[in-house]
Amino acid sequence: MNDMPGDLKFLSSHEWARVESDGTVTIGLSDHAQDLLGDIVFVELPEVGQSIDAESDAAIVESVKAASDIYSPLSGEVIEINSALEDQPEIINSSPYEDGWFYKLNPSDMHELDNLLSPEDYSSVCED
Amino acid sequence: MNKTALHESHIELGAKMVNFSNWEMPINYTSLIEEHNAVRNAAGIFDVSHMAVFDFMGGDQIAFFEKIFANDIKKISQDNRAIYGALLNEKGGILDDLIIYHANSKFRLVSNCSTRKQNQDWYKKHAVEFGVEVIERSDMGILAIQGPDALNKILAISEIDHQVNNLQSFGCMFEGEKLFARTGYTGEDGLELIVPSSDIKNLWDKALELDCTPVGLGARDTLRLEAGLNLYGKDMTVNNHPYESNLGWTIDMNDENRQFIGKDALLSINQSKSKKIVGIILRDKGVLRAGYEITHGQGSGIVLSGSYSPTLQYSIGLARVDQGYQENGKVMIRNKELNIDFVSPRFLRRGKIRP
Repeated sequence: MNDMPGDLKFLSSHEWARVESDGTVTIGLSDHAQDLLGDIVFVELPEVGQSIDAESDAAIVESVKAASDIYSPLSGEVIEINSALEDQPEIINSSPYEDGWFYKLNPSDMHELDNLLSPEDYSSVCED
Repeated sequence: MNKTALHESHIELGAKMVNFSNWEMPINYTSLIEEHNAVRNAAGIFDVSHMAVFDFMGGDQIAFFEKIFANDIKKISQDNRAIYGALLNEKGGILDDLIIYHANSKFRLVSNCSTRKQNQDWYKKHAVEFGVEVIERSDMGILAIQGPDALNKILAISEIDHQVNNLQSFGCMFEGEKLFARTGYTGEDGLELIVPSSDIKNLWDKALELDCTPVGLGARDTLRLEAGLNLYGKDMTVNNHPYESNLGWTIDMNDENRQFIGKDALLSINQSKSKKIVGIILRDKGVLRAGYEITHGQGSGIVLSGSYSPTLQYSIGLARVDQGYQENGKVMIRNKELNIDFVSPRFLRRGKIRP
């Protein structure tokens, strides 16, 4: 298991968001979700410059077993994508909270952070 | 929900359990890809005790199977042989696919889990006129030990008769109530052990001690897909006939006097115009999934089974397509047209990538 960092905020659909020191936001998928999906073999990332609304589909992740949509925890403009995932999607399995990040946003409304779950609340969602 | 005799063992191994036709079964224990590779490179063990087992008593069993089974049971009239084939309805629709084992002058049949009740009713209905008694063996479990090292592992288990080493592919033998058969669903060498549930735990534990890797139903699916083996309910249903399901080779019409159920309907089918199941390889990045639409120069089709192939390391699938396809075509994945090649469904031969 990968420890869940305390500075993350979550959607109940298992995406995490981390506000960086420069005000940008990094988005990824939780350890719980990568474990449920199993071996990840393909990722489709958004494009840099693309505008994404909170809770709309931003990426697709496919494990051997199934395809899943990835929803954006926050609205904003995509400023960077983790292109390493395109050749090595299994990084999401091995390092969901660090090397396995999906994309970075320039957030358009930081108040949306209030709609997200704390690590504790997210953990209790996973136990249900 | 139904549980196999190994339910606790699966939980102890940390398996992810899923509902499979109302049976709580392991989908994977660790990594599906690692489990898959263990079967291709060494030996894996599967608990497939959810499958339905039937025995038959009395009456004219040969005549019974000649009527209900589209392959010809006479091919295994000698003892110690097994045969694969389809159960058809009068319209030629596939009710199920199954294996019939013949040893010690007894027949044992293994068919799918989801069709258990349908099949039992069907056998009983047709067994009456032949005086055959149908016995569902819910007291039996099934282990499959598969892979290039499977036989070596099996021979190290003292509870299993060493004569299993002499069985040819699709050979089988009884030892009391235990049936040992050189069959499987992975494209690898190995055995299926159809044995009383009370014997299952001991055999499972012995196999694990010998470093057989426990393998879940997730890898079972990718293994059978690479071997080009159909999955009932996915690649074929009661709405499909054998010729559009790659099962034409299991339809035996050689004995003109044999009147099996579905035969008349099959005779009226123009096979040269039937759709076909073909193997497909995705040439672009992505993963083929059931339901994706396919086009080729002369027609269209649909993906039936699709996944990532751990052995080939790209996505493969089975598709039912109109005839007239050439070497390649297109598949629609999320509104994007991607390139596919049409190939033989047998992506691997004896577990190896074809030259």
